[in-house]
Amino acid sequence: MAALDLALAICAALLALGPVAVMMRHRPAAPAILYGATAGLCLLVGLIGLAGLSGHGLGGGRVLPLGLPWIGAHFRLDALAAFFLVILGAGGAAASLYAIGYGRHEPEPMRVLAFYPAFLGAMGLVLLAADAFSFLLSWEVMSLLSWALVLAHHRHADTRQAAYVYLLMAGFGTMALLLAFGLLAGSGGGYGFEAIRATPRGPVVAAAVLGLMLVGAGSKAGLVPLHVWLPLAHPAAPSHVSALMSGVMTKVALYGFIRVVFDLVGPLAWWTSPAVILIGAGTAVIGILLAVMERDLKRALAYSTIENIGVIFAGLGLALAFRANGMTAAAALALTAALFHIFNHMVFKSLLFMGAGAVLTATGLRDLDRLGGLIHRMPVTSLVMLVGAVAISALPPLNGFASEWLLFQAVLMSPAIPEVGLQMLIPAAGGLLALAAALAAAAFVRIYGVGFLGRPRSDAARDAAEVDRYSLTAMAMLAGVCVLAGVFPGVVIDAISPAVDALLSGRLPMQADQPWFTIVPIAEARSSYSGFLVMAFIILAASGSAWAVHRLASRALRRAPAWDCGFPDASPLTQYSAGGFAQPLRRVLGTGLLGAHEVVVMPPPGDPAPATLAVHVADPLWERVYAPLGAAVTGLAGRMNRLQFLTIRRYLSMVFLLLVILLAGLLPWV
Amino acid sequence: MGLILALVVQGIQMLLVVALAPLLVGITRKVKSRLTRRRGAPLVQPYRDILRLMRKEVVLADNASWLFRVIPYMIFAATWVAAALVPTFATGLQFSWTADLIAIVALLGSARFFLALAGMDVGTSFGGIGSSRETMFASMAEPAMMLTVFSLALIAGSTQLSTVAEYMASPQVGLRVSLGMALVALVIVAITENARVPVDNPATHLELTMVHEAMVLEYSGRHLAMIELAAALKLLLYVSLIGCVFFPWGIAGSDDGLAGHLLGAALYGAKLVVAGVLLAVFETSIAKMRVFRVPNFVGVALMLALLGTLLLFVSRSL
Repeated sequence: MAALDLALAICAALLALGPVAVMMRHRPAAPAILYGATAGLCLLVGLIGLAGLSGHGLGGGRVLPLGLPWIGAHFRLDALAAFFLVILGAGGAAASLYAIGYGRHEPEPMRVLAFYPAFLGAMGLVLLAADAFSFLLSWEVMSLLSWALVLAHHRHADTRQAAYVYLLMAGFGTMALLLAFGLLAGSGGGYGFEAIRATPRGPVVAAAVLGLMLVGAGSKAGLVPLHVWLPLAHPAAPSHVSALMSGVMTKVALYGFIRVVFDLVGPLAWWTSPAVILIGAGTAVIGILLAVMERDLKRALAYSTIENIGVIFAGLGLALAFRANGMTAAAALALTAALFHIFNHMVFKSLLFMGAGAVLTATGLRDLDRLGGLIHRMPVTSLVMLVGAVAISALPPLNGFASEWLLFQAVLMSPAIPEVGLQMLIPAAGGLLALAAALAAAAFVRIYGVGFLGRPRSDAARDAAEVDRYSLTAMAMLAGVCVLAGVFPGVVIDAISPAVDALLSGRLPMQADQPWFTIVPIAEARSSYSGFLVMAFIILAASGSAWAVHRLASRALRRAPAWDCGFPDASPLTQYSAGGFAQPLRRVLGTGLLGAHEVVVMPPPGDPAPATLAVHVADPLWERVYAPLGAAVTGLAGRMNRLQFLTIRRYLSMVFLLLVILLAGLLPWV
Repeated sequence: MGLILALVVQGIQMLLVVALAPLLVGITRKVKSRLTRRRGAPLVQPYRDILRLMRKEVVLADNASWLFRVIPYMIFAATWVAAALVPTFATGLQFSWTADLIAIVALLGSARFFLALAGMDVGTSFGGIGSSRETMFASMAEPAMMLTVFSLALIAGSTQLSTVAEYMASPQVGLRVSLGMALVALVIVAITENARVPVDNPATHLELTMVHEAMVLEYSGRHLAMIELAAALKLLLYVSLIGCVFFPWGIAGSDDGLAGHLLGAALYGAKLVVAGVLLAVFETSIAKMRVFRVPNFVGVALMLALLGTLLLFVSRSL
């Protein structure tokens, strides 16, 4: 109870910090003070979440006389909410600490500060809400505040466009959520989560709720085909807000999905799970393929967010499939993998967006083709970005691999499922996930290799300087979490287990009992992985071999110009560009899946004009679905515009006509 | 006693893979030379090359960063750890539970990730071409490898390589279509991952055809030696993997005595020679592919591995 009240008080304080920011707007120290206060409050939220996961302060509820008068606003803290409070607290604290330094470079700091703390508070309220009304209200407040944050740099036309698309999609998503909760509440209209849980409902209604949640929460999280706003809106915001939106807000959307689908709606039939698995795996592949071809650093990171959301949804779909067949241990494995990946993605995506922000501060550039060589001038940023890139590429021994490994172990539980369709679908989806993981490695080799290695491609990149200490501290802490969670994955799994237990009444065995920090999801003869020992062996083997070679063979070293097969070219433009690096993958996978194509225009013989190569890469969904839809709506609105210029006589006759039609519609019931 | 034997086996295994890896390369080169009516370098030439490179000074490009100097040791370490966890002559490895088959594949992925970064570090066009093509091959080969791992794991009920090897050595396996498809897929993946003909030519220095060699073009001296050793280790790893999963004859179990281990070691040596000869014959009898033909080649592996996995469910006893 006390923990819940404290969490609510912190959320209220965060919401109140917005007006405080407006009052303090003339004090030069205001941003530092406010970001510092936000960081402290977020840290407290994270601690409350951690305490909740270890069993302290859970249960009980609080009813506040807010919202609808006859039900009030219900709040509750359970293990699932506690886990997501940790995500919110850790992500929010890191982003706020980063913002103390980064916020100095904002041209109009108040455009961010007035909304930033309240955005965090609203996300906290979404996690704590225990009735449909306060849940949806907090969700809308969260959407609107993040929209205001996206508009921070409102003078750019691109930003305005991004914010507009985001607002439309957020409205669409909330409409789906509204319908989902309407179905959940049923005709009785019980809007409290307790009442919803107690209401029995048929498999078709439950499946409809799942579908609506896929649209409502999925559009917020960035599920294909509802992802189009995400690569526009996330990069348009200031980088610490991008980190929060990608790292934390998508997780709040996932919380909504998990809360409804695993908790409120009750049992779901097995045939609902293939849709979730396939949409998840497809989202992963499409998202990362778009990331591989994107030139803009922050947009590439946003596409990679879509990939990770797909991976998480695939895990959730697996958990649904196993749960529908009563395989509690396998369902717990899949759900643990999904939650672990949620945690990991919060950590490394926040880190990567902060790194992109640091690059933006140092060079003013987001275009990969004008960066390069930053490892020499921004050594700390480059090191932490390397950790983030390795972690997100799901490579051992960092944390991204640990959750991916658990997910593959869940895929391998498929033979015990009785339905043949699912048996065959799950390994195929596993193949898609493996493809997405391999493409993620390609995408991050490209981002890191073009952006941070090699020679600088512009003056701005050549003159870059390391960023401030607050930013570096925040990024270094997240990088440290990447390493620790990868080396001691058992600790994270044990911490997640109460949330899994609360949803499935089953959990993975205690991992703390295993020797050498090994994780053993089912049995040791089946599979085990020790990130600690892998890390230790690699460090020992690498330093041992380096020592032996330096000691016993040679340690002489001479600097010389690059060899490059004897034809080194001084121009940095002869390096591989971001577009050139992606060209093989674009030809192999992009033409088929995304309709990417190249147009080569060769001048006729004798003509001295240069040949040109135009590459066309775009999201086919945007071009084939969203753009025509938008054009149709605009066209329709243009035609209906005539209705605004009629005489009063005509308006009155139209009203009369409408009345007659409505009355005629009622005739059958009279 | 059991623990000591297991530790000894693990230690021997670790040293054995490093000691034998250049020999496998030597055998392949020698057989290839003989097949093309050349005398060829002696079998120990790869050892001599590595030792010579180690004693030479490093010529480092002006623009190279610290990462460029660290990466050779990291690649060697990751590959060595992966190779040490694949059973060669005995299954009872002390640390085999450290990383299962999925983790071994991912460790090789880590090594490749860093090698591709090294290709980009100096900022030359050849390094970029190598990295770009390598990541393209890898993003096809890795899912194929993963699906192969899936079908093995679904047959044996485990991703633990020791368990898989013991299961494959037991008589309950029988002949399965899925296993055949997995073998073909794994061989294709092995050829791709090890930069062998027809995907890449390990002997080429013709600019536009090289992939692996282009990435390591700027390396010299001890750095190049570590990378060459890691490449040899990787080849040995794939041969050991194919050997212990598909041809587990004579591999010593954890309860076999000294004689069993010696027999296993002898048979392992024979398997290495056979694999080296087969690789050389295959490489000599086929021409290198265009780069954009390679995705089709690796795509065959991907489809075979997927089919093999799906066939497991269609008919469990086929």
